Amino acid sequence: MSPAAYLNCFLGILRRELLRFIQQRSRFISSLVRPLLWLVVFAAGFRAALGIAIIPPYETYITYEVYIVPGLIGIIVLFNGMQSSLSMVYDREMGSMKVLLTSPLPRAYLLICKLLSGALVSLFQVYAFLLVARAFEVEPPAIGYLWVLPATLLGALMLGALGLVLSSLIKQLENFAGVMNFVVFPMFFLSSALYPLWKMREANEIIYYICAANPFTHAVELIRFSLYGQFNAQAFWITAVTTVVLISIAILGYDPRRSLLRKR
Amino acid sequence: MTKAAINVSGVSYYYGSKPALNNISFTLQAGRFVALLGPNGAGKTTLFSLLTRLLQPASGSIELFGFPLHKSPGQALKQVGVVFQQSTLDLDLTVAQNLAYHGALHGLSGRTVKQRMTVELERFELSHRANDKVRELNGGHRRRVEIARALLHQPRLLLLDEATVGLDLESRQSLNRHIRTLCVEENIAVLWTTHLIEELSSEDDTLILNQGNIIARGSSEELLTEHDAPGIAALLIQLTGAKS
Repeated sequence: MSPAAYLNCFLGILRRELLRFIQQRSRFISSLVRPLLWLVVFAAGFRAALGIAIIPPYETYITYEVYIVPGLIGIIVLFNGMQSSLSMVYDREMGSMKVLLTSPLPRAYLLICKLLSGALVSLFQVYAFLLVARAFEVEPPAIGYLWVLPATLLGALMLGALGLVLSSLIKQLENFAGVMNFVVFPMFFLSSALYPLWKMREANEIIYYICAANPFTHAVELIRFSLYGQFNAQAFWITAVTTVVLISIAILGYDPRRSLLRKR
Repeated sequence: MTKAAINVSGVSYYYGSKPALNNISFTLQAGRFVALLGPNGAGKTTLFSLLTRLLQPASGSIELFGFPLHKSPGQALKQVGVVFQQSTLDLDLTVAQNLAYHGALHGLSGRTVKQRMTVELERFELSHRANDKVRELNGGHRRRVEIARALLHQPRLLLLDEATVGLDLESRQSLNRHIRTLCVEENIAVLWTTHLIEELSSEDDTLILNQGNIIARGSSEELLTEHDAPGIAALLIQLTGAKS
């Protein structure tokens, strides 16, 4: 297969993801409403209760709304990753996954294309959210809007890869509710998305260590720093390595030697 | 010498400890039409999953046009068009979008996809439905879209797993005619799984699978004579103990 064939394949998968995204307007709206609810309702309540000290990357005191925005970008890509996982399980149940898996191109490449396409789709949602967040006085520097792109893309790849791993393990759509309870919520709440880690340490040291070990924390921190034009090397490396590990596990999960589709 | 379209050699497959295919071997020559018969649970769908690399054999080997499926899956799968028993179309996309997606998965450029799509949609009298969502099509049209899609990348081997299930008699006959024409005019090898006996003709090369074993192989006519059976249905009952 020529490089052009690989490119055609990627563009085809991306096109399908975009078409599905455009057709599912409710998915786009809910992806915006969810973080906006946090920003408007949750942040309003917590603003009074939580004082945010001056911590990097911020150079002055900030409102809770400003603090929470990178975490909400995280939740957009986290839910998008899970949505993509859900659609893989649905495609497998409906049979359309077979079309992808019987392509002559390497299966690992197909899965990476699928992952990248899902991540690119979530970027639209993130920028739409950042635009709306300006109405709530969350106005990062202009350069931040540029730097946040690669950081969000990496975070979306990591969470999309997690979704792929889960889709390789989940046999039926009915089992997906468990993912929300045992993966999405713990991952979100046990991270720095809603509260700074130092605050968590004051409250409970064990929970602090769990939060610090959570890769989602590092994806959020990478987004937070990039939104203010800074680079957090530790967050980058942890997110990047986790992404590579999860993609490798996902590729193994879809290996025919593991007979994933044996019940279909 | 032309390589066989399918060369299955000593293939076994198990679901847990339960054997689904038991050391089966057969070849299918290029341009030939072979009907694969067998009762439910005979192992037909498992064989299709192995031929399309959705599953990997526990033992044995599969070659498609001389390309070993486990060593050169890309080269092997490039030659194959598949229609699965269960519909694999994306209902929310249009006919053209479904075909374009399939073309992209085979590395075809946008221009090639357009040209091939025109040919295949015309062949199956679907040109006027190109921009309709698959959800809006009836069962017969959906099946035709699936076959048009399977032929989009110009495969040399077509695998059809119960492709006519759920269709009315007229649609079944029409599809049957299309497939046989492809075989004769375009030298495409066809492995056609069915349990609808009336879809077969007496000259068809037939492979009978039962409980994971190939129990008979030959033209329907030869098999009928050999087993002294009045018809294919009777032959199947005689060989497999199937009820109908």
